[in-house]
Amino acid sequence: MPKTLFEKIWERHRVTGFEDGTTLLYIDRHLVHEVTSPQAFEGLRLAGRKVRRPELTFATLDHNVPTENRHEITDPVSRAQVDALTRNCREFGITLFDLDDERQGIVHIIGPELGITLPGTTIVCGDSHTSTHGAFGALAYGIGTSEVEHVLATQCLPQARPKTFRVTFEGRLQPGVTAKDMVLKLIGTIGTAGGTGYVLEYCGPAIRALSMEGRMTVCNMTIEAGARAGMVAPDDTTIEYICRTPRPYAPRGEALEKAIAFWRTLPGDEGAVFDRELTIDASEIAPQVTWGTSPGMVTDVSARVPFPDQVPGYSPADVEKSLEYMGLAPGTPITDIAVDTVFIGSCTNGRIEDLRAAAAIFQGRRVAEGVRVLVVPGSQQVLRQAEAEGLDRIFREAGAQWRQSGCSMCLAMNPDKLEPGQRCASTSNRNFEGRQGKDGRTHLVSPQMAAAAAVTGHFVDIRSWQKG
Amino acid sequence: MEPLKTVRGVIAPLDRANVDTDQIIPKQFLKSISRTGFGENLFFDWRYRADGSPDPEFILNDEAFRGAAILVTRHNFGCGSSREHAVWAIAQYGFRVIIAPQRDENGNRIPGFADIFRNNCAKNGVLTVELSESQVDGIFALIERHPGMQATVDLPAQQITLHAENSPVISFDIDPAIKERLLKGLDDITKTLTHEAQITAFEHTHDTQMPA
Ligand code: SF4
Repeated sequence: MPKTLFEKIWERHRVTGFEDGTTLLYIDRHLVHEVTSPQAFEGLRLAGRKVRRPELTFATLDHNVPTENRHEITDPVSRAQVDALTRNCREFGITLFDLDDERQGIVHIIGPELGITLPGTTIVCGDSHTSTHGAFGALAYGIGTSEVEHVLATQCLPQARPKTFRVTFEGRLQPGVTAKDMVLKLIGTIGTAGGTGYVLEYCGPAIRALSMEGRMTVCNMTIEAGARAGMVAPDDTTIEYICRTPRPYAPRGEALEKAIAFWRTLPGDEGAVFDRELTIDASEIAPQVTWGTSPGMVTDVSARVPFPDQVPGYSPADVEKSLEYMGLAPGTPITDIAVDTVFIGSCTNGRIEDLRAAAAIFQGRRVAEGVRVLVVPGSQQVLRQAEAEGLDRIFREAGAQWRQSGCSMCLAMNPDKLEPGQRCASTSNRNFEGRQGKDGRTHLVSPQMAAAAAVTGHFVDIRSWQKG
Repeated sequence: MEPLKTVRGVIAPLDRANVDTDQIIPKQFLKSISRTGFGENLFFDWRYRADGSPDPEFILNDEAFRGAAILVTRHNFGCGSSREHAVWAIAQYGFRVIIAPQRDENGNRIPGFADIFRNNCAKNGVLTVELSESQVDGIFALIERHPGMQATVDLPAQQITLHAENSPVISFDIDPAIKERLLKGLDDITKTLTHEAQITAFEHTHDTQMPA
């Protein structure tokens, strides 16, 4: 029987099956951060258990890290969480990329960077954006803290088998349109629950044409469509990324040759059947901007804020509540929305390519009067690369702030936050109420769109703006 | 985990769809390193005003719903972040059952609950029940007429009884594995470790660098 990429990985990791139909799945990589792990370690300690495979477990500090001076964590509660992870890693023998480590960064940025993320593996983390790693043709998904404890103790997880859903992006993106716009378009199309119960596999020429960075952006936001995992079959682009620079945890030499031969066998077989299919024409996708408080509340930059009864998938009452929170009137052209804050970073768009795209817009331009702009690399490695390329200078000269790596304003668990009523063009992944700070207003966009909004003070259609 | 068999208590209505886990427990409360103390911060941004006093507009602050044990809400409850703190907050507040509707929209199923959230509930002794949209509409309407009414959720029988007028008993479906786990209050790790020999055998042949 022809198999999909997902089926191949699933079957290779099946330890045993239970009477109730669930599978005990072996986990190759377990990533850990400071927010969702303390209670899991506490559970281990209470039960007198050890970490079964500490060498397959990797920890980093990201959510609480101040991006201005990382060593000055003044919030005592943040401090406690950082200290707890440090203690737990020492006690249980786990590698921790701490604040002094040049490999530190957002968990979903450093996994691929360090070669921890590899095709054909199973990867979990107590964080919903673990879907990011699926870009390599891995089965990667977020888990809760009880499951974190379960994986620490057993290196396995009992799982019900998800269904499969192929999303094919035909055609080619227009200039200025990015991976971020593709995934926002998908979420706008199927809704924030449209992928629930499925693993998505992204296919088609527009996906093949994406860099690994772009594929990671698409897989990252798959969770925003309700699907726990998104995947892209490995190809030359994947292998080139892994081999491009020395990646400390990736195989080398002969082992790498063997691994590549194996990775080539992973793509789904001709004729493999999916439970659901959807095709999107990439050439028709416009730059996307969210206008509400759910990632599915999204539209083309050339459109207007909708009226409450015009939004499929949301009740008029939900739309009204969102618009009230966002301080937007129906019928307002998206390009009339002015922002006072711009955030470029996060595990969605904090990679080097994202910073290059933003820098290309800032080059030779100035940030608009009164707009606060934060550019935050996803990892220390991205930071060093950007500085080597002189991108930091471009950002600073334009009037943006260049920071150190961390989750930063993606979720306001550190000093980077929106004040009530502030309006932000953000390259992150969630526009929920209060996500970037209490009563803060978030519009999700691509790095290019965010940078252009920083320069003009409002949203612009990057396609015509760049030409002009 | 405490076993869950029958729950009788006040049923509280939260008339919102797509309630995300950032709303259920805002991020400032994720910084705790213990597993307790989340209940008082459930729905924090909706529940309290800026000065810290309870916001009378928010439904759970209504006297009629004090001490509620069952929550009825709208679809895709618990979407967003995987934070299990959301479920801890719900359980520690005193909810043992959440009811939400599912519907089919041109072949696309809109579930009552987001995936990770539903899983986390099962691991913390919170029962999630999906009903049809019309059944949930009916419950909301009934609560509106009888605020503070009680309901009984009988897990072994898979039935909900609403204690008002002569409302019908509602049957519900549940994944047998989750039902069993809730009924027995089973700890997943212990169960997995009974397969220790198989895990070890698997590890002998499985290369995690190249899981061929
Ligand atoms: S950048 Fe944002 S979404 Fe990504 S891991 Fe950090 S907080 Fe989560």
